[in-house]
Formats: sequence, structure tokens, C-alpha cells
Amino acid sequence: MSASANKQSYDLPAAGLRKFWLDFSESPTAVIALFVFLIILFIAIFAPWVSPSNPYDLTSVDIMNSRLPPGSEDFSGNYYLLGTDGAGRDMLSAIFYGLRVSLGVGALSGLVALILGASVGLSAAYFGGRFETIMMRIVDIQLSFPSILMALIILAAFGKGVEKTIIALILVQWAYYARAARASALVEKNKEYVEAAKCLALGDKRIILSHIAPNCMAPLIVVGTLQTAHAISLEATLSFLGLGLPITEPSLGLLIGNGFEYMYSGDFWISIFPGIALLITIVSINLVGDQLRDMFNPRLQK
Amino acid sequence: MEPILKINNLQTHFFTKAGILKAVDGVSFEIAAGEIVGLVGESGSGKSITGFSVMGLVDPPGKIIDGNINFKGKDLSALSNDQMQNIRGNRIAMIFQDPMMTLNPVLRIETQMIEAIQAHDGSISREDARIRSRDTLGLVGISSPDERLRAYPHQFSGGMRQRVSIAIAMLNRPDLIIADEPTTALDVTIQGQVISEMQKLCRETQTALLWITHDLAVVAGIADRVCVMYAGRIVEQGLVADIIANPMHPYTQGLMGSVPSQNQRGKPLQQIDGMVPSMLNLPVGCAFQNRCNYANEKCSNIQPDITQVADGRQVRCFNIPVGQRL
Amino acid sequence: MTAFILRRSLQSIVVLFIMSLIVFVGVNLVGDPVDMLINPEADQAEIDRVIRDLGLDRPVSEQYWYFVLNAFQGDLGRSFIFGEPALKLIVQRMPATMELALVSLLMAVVFGIPLGIYAGLKPNSKFSKTIMAGSILGFSMPTFWVGIILIMFFSVHLGWLPSTGRGDVATYFGVTSSAFTLDGLSHIFLPAFNLALFKLSSVIRLARAGTREVILQDYIKFARAKGLAESRVVRIHLLKNIMIPVITIIGLEFGSLIAFSTVTETVFAWPGMGKLIIDSIYNLDRPVVVAYLMIIVVIFVMLNLIVDILYSVLDPRVRIKGVS
Repeated sequence: MSASANKQSYDLPAAGLRKFWLDFSESPTAVIALFVFLIILFIAIFAPWVSPSNPYDLTSVDIMNSRLPPGSEDFSGNYYLLGTDGAGRDMLSAIFYGLRVSLGVGALSGLVALILGASVGLSAAYFGGRFETIMMRIVDIQLSFPSILMALIILAAFGKGVEKTIIALILVQWAYYARAARASALVEKNKEYVEAAKCLALGDKRIILSHIAPNCMAPLIVVGTLQTAHAISLEATLSFLGLGLPITEPSLGLLIGNGFEYMYSGDFWISIFPGIALLITIVSINLVGDQLRDMFNPRLQK
Repeated sequence: MEPILKINNLQTHFFTKAGILKAVDGVSFEIAAGEIVGLVGESGSGKSITGFSVMGLVDPPGKIIDGNINFKGKDLSALSNDQMQNIRGNRIAMIFQDPMMTLNPVLRIETQMIEAIQAHDGSISREDARIRSRDTLGLVGISSPDERLRAYPHQFSGGMRQRVSIAIAMLNRPDLIIADEPTTALDVTIQGQVISEMQKLCRETQTALLWITHDLAVVAGIADRVCVMYAGRIVEQGLVADIIANPMHPYTQGLMGSVPSQNQRGKPLQQIDGMVPSMLNLPVGCAFQNRCNYANEKCSNIQPDITQVADGRQVRCFNIPVGQRL
Repeated sequence: MTAFILRRSLQSIVVLFIMSLIVFVGVNLVGDPVDMLINPEADQAEIDRVIRDLGLDRPVSEQYWYFVLNAFQGDLGRSFIFGEPALKLIVQRMPATMELALVSLLMAVVFGIPLGIYAGLKPNSKFSKTIMAGSILGFSMPTFWVGIILIMFFSVHLGWLPSTGRGDVATYFGVTSSAFTLDGLSHIFLPAFNLALFKLSSVIRLARAGTREVILQDYIKFARAKGLAESRVVRIHLLKNIMIPVITIIGLEFGSLIAFSTVTETVFAWPGMGKLIIDSIYNLDRPVVVAYLMIIVVIFVMLNLIVDILYSVLDPRVRIKGVS
């Protein structure tokens, strides 16, 4: 099915997957990163079950336990590995729940941005003409402004909130996907198999979706991984600034922000631990993304 | 005449992940002052690496592991980096294959010339160095050299750029110039001009020239002597006229047969069958055995030594074909 | 050259026009313009009066025309909180932000380029691997969190450097800056380092990638064959070639430093325009938000223009093409 000889192709399900894993595992760092990321993903999905307590269940949180240092025990014998925050919540549980929010927002916005951006990029490459010129002009202009600025413009116009933060992250990211999708679709478009599909008089939609799109997936996956890490970081920043998620959806960024005020009194753990969780998440995704990029980069192929 | 360059048993190997690649494996030859020697071979035969070894510019993972390069009484392979730097561009200069890539695109021609003079003469003034650069440009046939000095490389054609490279090589009046396929990237008409000018310059200034090429026809027109390389070794060397008239090694014969000439009009061009063997996986015995019409059992078991067959004539073959033996 | 600058300037004006349209639409059409431009504490009569005054009952195209017209006269509205012209507030705080961004840029370039070149020249050395690992970390660490760590370690724990404010400033040659006093320098160090860290990583990566590519070029080998000292090969032949992409990125990164200074200024209570915009978004002080966005758009467009011109000065190939 793939007509691309110069590019790595992982088409056959079983053999392809094995080859993919062989290439991927060439970097031990990337394997460790993937492993770490899977653990984080597991924690995020099953946060209510793996957390020692539910930090947002008001009946189980006691303000008397506020700002306990890591490794403390309260009067009822509850152990706090990472200490408690200003409201007496267990930090470990708060971090697990925070991962859930951060990863959820990052993944959701990344997925929608991928679909939106890829549709624009693929159709721009396929149809060309004025549509392509205008869309790519918009992409260029948007990409010349840093993501945080675009996010600030959007949040300043819409106000804060979960949906609004997600919308802002989507609008910030779609242009990256559009550019990547167009670039690879331009290459694929001129290959024989697309010509063949056109000769069969298949519809444009069908050609784009079932012929061009699958062959553009590799670069999109790479952009997707790195962008998701970026989105998680950006959401944390916005929430820290108090412009992103509301208090009801405590992401890691909000947890760090909450701890910021206690920092000067030396209660370092409230800010530091959520930050480390955030850092490990972003680094592991970035390392996996770096390895994927090297694998799909034809220039680096041996 | 006493040779100015005497290479003895040079071994330059590349230590790659896939194994040791013996790019140059026991090469020996000499160049006398003012002599022009052609080093001929296909790509991958080790001829360029031989040139870079003399310059001390073999990139890692490549390394000179044995042999000596005697230049005017000094062993270059034993010199320190600083000592080698003094010889490079000063006593031995090099010209590269692709003139489009050899000149730094963001520096003016004068910058690139003056620095080459000042690198070897700390006392010369910029102005004097500039005058010498201008005169040398004139020498290699560049018109209005004063204006050209101020220009950037992309303002020159390919042939002109190669003349600039030659001028840079000539700046410090070296004893030896190593030219690595200097005309391959040029148009045929320009090729002829550059070749005859190089020849004239070297004759006039008594500069020795090592001309590396894959094209036996080019060598026939310029060189005094020829060394033919195959798979990291010299397989035949001798005076150019002798080798053209009477090639002895089967590989040299193959090369000769594939050069179009007047005598062969109307006949199909010969070609050497088969492929160059992988340098990582050379066969036991003669490296040319799989493409050779004369190969026998001995060839596939024993590596032939290079042997003197006549005065100044060496061949590395067990079966110098009957009737050609001198 | 003139034609080249003229053409680029024209393109910049088009981008400026488009961005002003986006900000205008964003503020006046997506959100409720009355909410955004009128003090929330005003009564109904006041609101009606302002709506008429601002021409909000007019067609959109006409509103946009007046928006542009006022902007050209330097009128971007009045702050609800401070009661002063928004533009004036921002211009007052701009020097502090510019100073922070410039010092950061300097740090990123002064450390980033040599480190990147080193990592490119000796990719397998231990030090290079440390540099690259550090750059991945610097790339991944959210700016605000690094800021917190810096404060916690250097200000709270060690007590070496102050963590808030700009410190003493002094004025030389009409430029007022913290960089001119020792106290000011001690104040700017942490926030500037914080802001620089992300850029440092990208400058390192860029310089390394450039070095690895340029070092393989024939002209580097030819420079060595001329017998040049290795230091000259690196400083002139290599550096001049990798500077072209680096300058391009640095120019654009300066803009992103200004944008990201919103975060650093908030963490370090740096009195610049970045902190002002965050406070203003928080306080719904919309005129200041709009003014800030317009100004930053102008800065960005100008930067792009300057980078293009610099690029042509550095790369003779582009310059010649621009002339003909």
C-alpha cells in the first residue's frame, strides 16, 4: 500500500509493530521514558483507586492537618508521604488527581487540534490554489507569535474555565499540525498511488482520508507527542497564572500555584512535588517524541 | 632525482560500527620535485583517503595506523598537530573536487586568500598579502583580479571558483599540490583549460602535483607517472606512456578498454564486469579476483604482492597476461 | 537593498493589519464589548451614553475604522483600575520588560552558542552529553516552576539573591536600568536566568545542529587544508555560517522572551508590562489588555522585519538577490 520507499513504513500489523519496537528500543533512554510515561498514564486514569485518599472529599480533609511536612502522620494515624497542602489535603493524592486533569486536558486538546489541523493541512495540500494560500498564510502568521501570547489573547477574550482553556490550547496548537500535515501531504500527493486513486474516480474525501492521510501519520505522531508535552506545560503555566483552569479542576499547575504562597515560609513540598510530577511527565513525553522523530527522519536512517 | 614525497606502506583504516574498513591498505609510492603523478581508481578505492592522509586530514573514525609519509626528509605521520598545520597550505596544498562547496559562502574571496597567507607568515602585512593574492588570481587566469577579490564565491561560475581554489593552493608556493578530482565537477571545455593551466603552472614553478582522479584519460594528458589503485591498494604503477601503451594488470586493462578512443570506432565500449567488492568484506587473496578473466585458484587463496616487472614499473598480479610480459 | 526593505515593510503592514483585525474581533465581537470597554460599576444611563460615544451602535466595519483611527493617534482607551491612558501605563513599564528580556537574551547567547558549538564539535564527549541532557531538561521544565525553584534555593534557602522587584536603578545616556547598579544586577540575575533557561536550550540545540552540519562541509576541510589554526576555523569559518540561522531564531526568540516574561515577571514580581497584562486580565481591565496586545503585535512585526534585514546583511547570497 505504501509507495514510499525512502520512508520507514510500518504497514503490516504484526511485523510492522515488531520492527517499530526494534527501532524504538535502540535508545534505552526512550524505553525507560516510555515505561515511566505508561506508569504516569496508569496513575492518571486510575487516580481514584490508587490514591491514598480523595483529596476533594471534604469529609476526609481536616484543616487541622494543613501544611504537614513529608512523612508526617496525623492524629488518626494517616500517613502523608509527601506532606499536606494549605487545606490539609494529602499531596500525593492531590498530585495523582492533578495528573488526571493535566493529562486529560493535554490529550483532549491535542487530539482535537490534531484532527482540526490535519484536516486543514491535508485539504490545503490536496486542493491547493487560493484555499491553500490563505490557510497557510494564517498558519505562518500564527506560528510567528509564541504560544503563550496566543493563549493569553484567547483567554483575555473568552475568560477562564475548563472548556475555554481547552479551546485556547486547541487554537494554539492546530497550526503546528496543519503545517506538518501539509508538508507530508505535498510529498504524498504526487505519488503514483494517488494518481491511481484519481484514475479510479474516487471522491476527494475518500482519497484524502483513506489514501493520503494514513501515509502522513508518522510526522503527525511526532508533532503530536511533542505538542502534547507542550500543551501540558502551557496549561500548567496558564493555571499557575490563574488564567487557566478553575479551582474546581485542580491541575498540577494550580497545585504549584497554591504552594507558591507558602514557599517563603519554607514549606517547599507544596510547590516542589507537583512540579516534579509535571517535569517527569513532560520529560518522558519529550524523550519518547525525540526518539520517534529520529526514527521517522529519513535523513538519519542507516 | 631525490623524491620530495615518499609514502611507504601507508595504512589508513576506518573503525566503523560495522567493522574495520581498510580504506588504504599498504600504499607505497614516490613523487619527485616538479613531477606530476596521477592516482587513478574508482570511487571507494582509497585514492582520496590517500590524499587526505598526506594532509593529515583524515576525519574520525578514520586513522593512520601504520606506514610513513616522508616529506622532504620528515615523517608527516609522526608530526604534532601544530607542526602539521605549518606544512598544510604552505608546503603541501590541496584542491578539492567540488568548487561549489570548497569556498566558504559567507566570506569574501580576499578574506579566504589573505588568511591562507597570514596563517603561514605572521609578519606579512594585510596589504602585502592582498597584493600577493591579487597577483596569484591573475596568474590562474582571472581577469580584473582587484574587483574579484572583493566578491563572494556565489558570484563566480564553477570553473572560476576552481581557479580561485587553485590560486589559494598556489599562494604560498608549495612544493606539492594534491588535487582531488579537481576537474570532475566542471564542464568538459573548462576541464581542458584547467588541466592545461595546472600543468603549465606546475612546470613553471617546479611544483610537484598528485592528481587524484577516476578518469584515466585525464591522467594520460597531464601526468608523468600513474599509480592505479583498487580496493585500497596500488595494483600497477609506471610511466604514463608505458601504461597506456601496455597495461599489465587486468584492472588497468579494463580501465583502458572503457576509455573511448579513435581506434575503437564502431566497436562497443568494454566494461569491467561485476562490482567493486565491499571494503568491509574483502575476499581472501586478490581483491580483483571476482571481476578478473584470468583469475585462478591461486588468486583466491593468496594475496599477490606488488612486484617490479621492469625499470620503474610495478604490477600486483600473478598472471600478467602472456604476450604482455616485458 | 532599499527595494528589499520596502517590500518587507509592506508585508509587515499587511500582517499588522490582519492582527489588529483579530484583536479587534476578539475583543469586540467574541466577548461582550460593553463588558470589556465599560467600567462594570457604571449605571444604565452611563452605559447607554458610552455605547453611543464609542459608536457601538454603528456597523462593525465603521467601528473597526474608528478603532484603527484612534490607535493611530495613540489612543487605546483608559484603564479602569488606574484611570490613566492604557498606552501610557504600558509604555511606563516597557523598559523594565525590555531590560529583562535583553539580559536573558544575552545570557542565552553568551552561554548557548559556545556550549552548542562544543557539543557539536565533540558529540561523544562526556561534557557534550551533559550539555545535551541539560538542554532537554531546560526544554521541558516549565518556566514558572523553575522560577519557584530558583527563589526557593537562592533567596529562601541560601539568602544570596533577592527574589522580588527591580532593585535600584540608575540612568546613563538617557537609559534607566537595573543593570547599572549592583543592587539592580542582583535583582535582575534570577529572573533573567529563569527567562533565559528555555531559550538557552534552544540556542544550544540550534548551535549544535548547525555545527554538526557545517563541520562536514568541504569549505571547512578546505580551510583546514590551508593550514589555518583550528581556532580560526571555528571562530570565522564555522561561526559565521551557523550565525545565520542563530540570528534568525534569536530575533524571533526575543519576541517570545517578551511574551514569556509575563510568567517570569509574575513569579518574581518584576514591575514590567508582562506583570501588568496578567494583573489586567485578572482584573478585567480590558483597555489595558487590548493596548498590550496591540503593542506586542507591533513589536513582533517590527522584530520580524529587523530579522529579515539582518539576515540579508549576514548572508551575501540573500543580499545580492534582494538587489537584483
